[in-house]
Amino acid sequence: MKRKQTHHAPTGPVSTSLPKTLTGIAGLDEITGGGLPTGRPTLVCGGAGSGKTLFAMEFLVRGATQFGEPGVFMSFEERAEELIANVASLGFNLPALIKRRKVVLQHVLIEREQIEEAGEYDLEGLFIRLGHAIDSVGAKRVVLDTIEALFAGLSNMAILRSELVRLFRWLKDRGVTTIITTERGDGALTRHGLEEYVSDCVILLDHRVHEQVSTRKLRIVKYRGSAHGTNEYPFLIDEKGFSVLPLTSLGLGHDCSAERISTGILRLDAMLGDKGFYRGSSILVSGTPGTGKTTIANQFIAAACGRGERGLSFAFEESPAQIHRNMKSVDIDLETHVRKGNLRYHASRPTLHGLEQHLVQMHRLFDEFKPTVVVVDPISNLQAAGTAADASAVLLRLIDFLKSRCVTALFTHLTPFGGTMERSESEISSLMDTWLFMRDLEINGERNRGLYVLKSRGMAHSNQIREFVLTANGIDLLDAYAGPGGVLTGSSRIAQEALDQIDAQSRAQDLERKQRNLEGKRRALEAQIVALRAGFENEGEELLHVIQESQADQRQGLETRRAMATSRKQDNGHPVAVGILAAAPTSPRRA
Amino acid sequence: MKPAQRALQKKFEDAAALKGTQRYSLCLYIAGHTARSQRAIDNLTRICRRHLPGRVDLEVVDIYQQTESNLNDARVIAAPMLVKQLPLPLRRLIGDLSDERKVLLSLDLSALEGPPSGQPE
Repeated sequence: MKRKQTHHAPTGPVSTSLPKTLTGIAGLDEITGGGLPTGRPTLVCGGAGSGKTLFAMEFLVRGATQFGEPGVFMSFEERAEELIANVASLGFNLPALIKRRKVVLQHVLIEREQIEEAGEYDLEGLFIRLGHAIDSVGAKRVVLDTIEALFAGLSNMAILRSELVRLFRWLKDRGVTTIITTERGDGALTRHGLEEYVSDCVILLDHRVHEQVSTRKLRIVKYRGSAHGTNEYPFLIDEKGFSVLPLTSLGLGHDCSAERISTGILRLDAMLGDKGFYRGSSILVSGTPGTGKTTIANQFIAAACGRGERGLSFAFEESPAQIHRNMKSVDIDLETHVRKGNLRYHASRPTLHGLEQHLVQMHRLFDEFKPTVVVVDPISNLQAAGTAADASAVLLRLIDFLKSRCVTALFTHLTPFGGTMERSESEISSLMDTWLFMRDLEINGERNRGLYVLKSRGMAHSNQIREFVLTANGIDLLDAYAGPGGVLTGSSRIAQEALDQIDAQSRAQDLERKQRNLEGKRRALEAQIVALRAGFENEGEELLHVIQESQADQRQGLETRRAMATSRKQDNGHPVAVGILAAAPTSPRRA
Repeated sequence: MKPAQRALQKKFEDAAALKGTQRYSLCLYIAGHTARSQRAIDNLTRICRRHLPGRVDLEVVDIYQQTESNLNDARVIAAPMLVKQLPLPLRRLIGDLSDERKVLLSLDLSALEGPPSGQPE
């Protein structure tokens, strides 16, 4: 299955007017819509230990290694050897870059006890040294770290300020993209108000501890001439350098697929409009403990891997070995997929580190493994690593991220016993496209699993509760018994079904008997009709005979009377005789 | 007077005696021939003539003419900058040296060694 990988299109508005330089720092280029302003200074301020130096160094190293832009790092604090050792932990091989003339490290030492001031001066020496360094490698990027050291070493503020203004203008004229790091001041962005001079782009780094969990945050305070994300974005520094996480994608512009993928359970597909989930949708499977959420999740991912997709599973409760063993008992084979390399497990305790770090780790794994199907089991545990609000914020970002890459994601959520089941998930349910709900059905001293589709956007789905049965041959969904006695599951369903069968049988026999009865009655009726008809025919014949006889009699009488009248020479105009003759003149004659 | 105290005093006296005889090695870094550079040169030569007559090696260096490594080694950041290479300790003095008092202090030269500062020559 080949699908186009939509890779990290910057979600922010991309300005065409202002040229930007990609930093290569994961996430930052999205927030800034393409990086830092090209050829201009950017101020990075933050307190001690907020990661300013690393930020600047990564900007430089990525420029040199990924974008072919050599750089100059002018350090006013740390010595070159210290810097090299510090960033070696991030995997940056500075000595090699220096050797290849991609990076220049220059340490400018300013010691107050060695420097006296007597009269007017300028910082031309610094300019020249910087200029030499830039020219020596053809640098496009410059870092000045930390410029505050100048304020500590020199006392003439008036000169210093005017020289810094000149320095920034000079850097702009040289067209180098510069990062200047400064200490954060009390109540101000920088201790010496440098933000007044560097006005193109100001980035604030912050490191705070909330409830014993430390979080690093980054905020773009200003970015002249460009739209940018204004939120505080969490970031991380780990063995692979800096990662900034866009808090939420700036728009809801992700594409959506009409493709449907199987849930791995035939009857569940049937419940979801006969086709299963939409690709790229988010699915929530929630339920009380022991209702089979993990099994559904693993069946889903196993089916996806069976189709040749790549699956990534985040297990926050069980180790992969334990999952494999347990799933084997219901005939779900995961080990084969793991061996083939299209299924990967990432198991860790949620409390191992803060939520942000989890999220970053997830991002990393996505980028590395590029899965099309993801399972997070369970998300309710993530709340243990932070507050509920934090957890749902992290989830929102995770879902956004997954959707933007058209990854189908299934999340399980543990609903505690008691309380309204639907309420506990209210803050995340709105993010989900499909919500399967698993619940215990407790009847007649036994507990059975029920499953229904609470919602499923964009498809006609079943409104039925199905009984969810785990067998050694896998998962089965059965129609729950819904009859006059209510919804029955498990053995009471089976008992009721047997009862129903007997009932139906006896009813069928009853019907047969009645039909036989009816047939007999009909036959009796027909016999009667035949007999009646025979009787009627007899009687009719007799009557006809009588009628003919009396007609013959009548004719006889008339003949006799005519003969008598002739013999008496009766007049023809006699009214009575005429009347009688006229009344029956012909029929005897004809007959 | 205890021996330790005596030794300390001896050291102090030796140092004081040496002070007027030590050779100075100075280097003045300037950024091109600007008015400020000229002012620094004038101020320095005046101070040397008055306070270090005949015992100073003065070098004036234009930083625009220097190589990168020279500048880095000399740790030049500002201009004009005067570096006292000898006698030790090494000192750096930035500015156009118009504050004579401060210059003398950083060069370890007492104002009393020559004519008082501020007086016309």
